Amino acid sequence: MSVLVYIQTQEGKATKAGLEVASFAKNMNVGDVTALVPGTLSGDGGLGSVGVSKVLHFSEGVTDNSQLSKLTQAAAQSVDASTIVFSGNNDGNSIAPRVAIAMNVGYVSGVTCLPEGKTFTRNVFSGKATAAVNVMSDVCVISITPNSYGIKSDAGEASVETFSADIGAQRVVLNGFTPTSNDGSVPLPEAERVVSAGRGLKGPENWGIVEDLARALGATTACSRPVGDMGWRPHHEHVGQTGLTIRPDLYIACGISGAIQHLAGVNQSKVIVVINTDPEAPFFKAADYGIVGDVFEVLPKLTEAIKEL
Amino acid sequence: MKLLVCISKAPDTTSRIAFTDGDKRFDESGVQFIVNPYDEWYALVRAIELVEAQGGSVTTITVGDATCDPIIRKALAIGASDAVRIDANPTDSSQVARLISNYANDKSYDIIFAGKETINHNSSAVPAMIAECMDLPYVALATSIDVDGDLSTLNCESTGGTNNVSVKGSFVLSATKGMAEQRIPNMRGIMSARTKPLTVVEASGVTATTEVSKFTLPPAKGDCVMVDADNAAELVRLLREEAKII
Ligand SMILES: Cc1cc2nc3c(=O)[nH]c(=O)nc-3n(C[C@H](O)[C@H](O)[C@H](O)COP(=O)(O)OP(=O)(O)OC[C@H]3O[C@@H](n4cnc5c(N)ncnc54)[C@H](O)[C@@H]3O)c2cc1C
Ligand SMILES: Nc1ncnc2c1ncn2[C@@H]1O[C@H](COP(=O)(O)O)[C@@H](O)[C@H]1O
Repeated sequence: MSVLVYIQTQEGKATKAGLEVASFAKNMNVGDVTALVPGTLSGDGGLGSVGVSKVLHFSEGVTDNSQLSKLTQAAAQSVDASTIVFSGNNDGNSIAPRVAIAMNVGYVSGVTCLPEGKTFTRNVFSGKATAAVNVMSDVCVISITPNSYGIKSDAGEASVETFSADIGAQRVVLNGFTPTSNDGSVPLPEAERVVSAGRGLKGPENWGIVEDLARALGATTACSRPVGDMGWRPHHEHVGQTGLTIRPDLYIACGISGAIQHLAGVNQSKVIVVINTDPEAPFFKAADYGIVGDVFEVLPKLTEAIKEL
Repeated sequence: MKLLVCISKAPDTTSRIAFTDGDKRFDESGVQFIVNPYDEWYALVRAIELVEAQGGSVTTITVGDATCDPIIRKALAIGASDAVRIDANPTDSSQVARLISNYANDKSYDIIFAGKETINHNSSAVPAMIAECMDLPYVALATSIDVDGDLSTLNCESTGGTNNVSVKGSFVLSATKGMAEQRIPNMRGIMSARTKPLTVVEASGVTATTEVSKFTLPPAKGDCVMVDADNAAELVRLLREEAKII
């Protein structure tokens, strides 16, 4: 038995999400871990250090999920994989379900911890509950919620083989890519620290204090839905039931009331800090640490205190 | 333009979540149901806008039992032309996708719309699965779409940015925020929805490949530690020494 992991790279190195997926696969303890890497790769991409024994490198840059699905199927066949693991990010979520259907096997998305046999745990009801899901087929395809497992190092180096397969024609043509965060911060779904702000900030011109705190912490910024809807912040920062679901180690909520739809997207954060003028704000019930206070006074002080560390 | 929009029934976002049948099933008693927000606000409304501008029809499709009919009528009130319900109680996403694909296969829809995810299952799986079943291209997390003849151009969220892509011919998309603005049905829409066709079709035998063995509610959160507003340094200390997070 073996495990196949689908890995994305950036400048030839496995991304953070990729290293996490490989760590997860290694620690499932069901066989050797083979990594499929489409695109650029330098050395073993850092994959040996998280327990991957073999890398199958497909050097062409491919973006169409139907082609990437065919590629994954071919790789799974070549190593006789019993489990195929993806990161549950946008790319993984568009390829993994296709692979499961094509192979006629079970798929579990958004897995948050190591399985027991073929029973996987995932979040449902937007984080308000978890489900244990049994896969009834011999082979299973899964995707892992980013930042839910972490990266575990494991000594070793992976062998690298060139891999090729018939992946069919490209049908979705990529015309261009516009990066959302040009400030170099980690994309929100992968961020370990997030500073988020809501209507309590009063207007988009006041976001400097939020960004300062985020910068001091090495955090990514997020916002509540009305803030996205009013155009104070870009849509991609909106977290909650109808926005992104995130699970950072640290979530700092500034001037956000903590409506149930907002909490749905953030309540799996490991530590939640709430700063709000209203001691009755529902968010305090979901928080680990709270400050009843005015963001315009508290945030600059907090930023200073962090800089002093 | 012949468009198909996948609509699912979801518990209202403020619903209390509870389970029955030995924690194997969601307890629907007393729960208010809505059209899954991604399906309604983004997929359905954009499909209707396209047909309003260029002509054609918007059909909604739902896999579910008769308890879905009220939310299907809502979609018709917002402006869908007609609706199909596949009468089944699906237990996993592959079942939903196979049933929808079996129905849609010989009907030559130009574009099949779905939402990014359901707010109850959160799988983000059904549209990609439909695309695979029907051997169609799939564009995930679309935030805009323009259609010019058989060429569609879309923006979609990708890791760390936005992709601009184009596709020729039929394809499947999942819609997310940005695609359209929520529409409130007006009186005329609500009246006309009552007489618009809602076709119920029998489900062909498609079996699930996964099953939920148990649902669990998260453990209750401990008390929130309050820190004085003038003492930001204390919060930083707690985060470092107690929570060990910074
Ligand atoms: C179907 C549906 C889906 C939804 N999905 C989402 C979602 O995905 N994400 C989401 O966020 N919302 C969502 N909402 C909206 C949600 O119900 C709330 O309306 C929203 O989260 C409120 O945003 P807010 O906390 O920024 O604003 P408000 O509720 O207006 O809260 C502002 C808070 O700031 C505090 N405040 C004011 N001034 C200051 C100050 N100077 N310093 C400190 N604190 C201050 C106030 O005490 C208040 O608690 C959804 C709603 C529905 C119906
Ligand atoms: N039972 C269903 N009937 C019709 N469409 C569905 C159903 N379940 C899911 N979908 C569609 O597939 C999308 C993704 O659902 P999911 O994979 O469950 O997160 C939803 O936003 C709907 O558009």
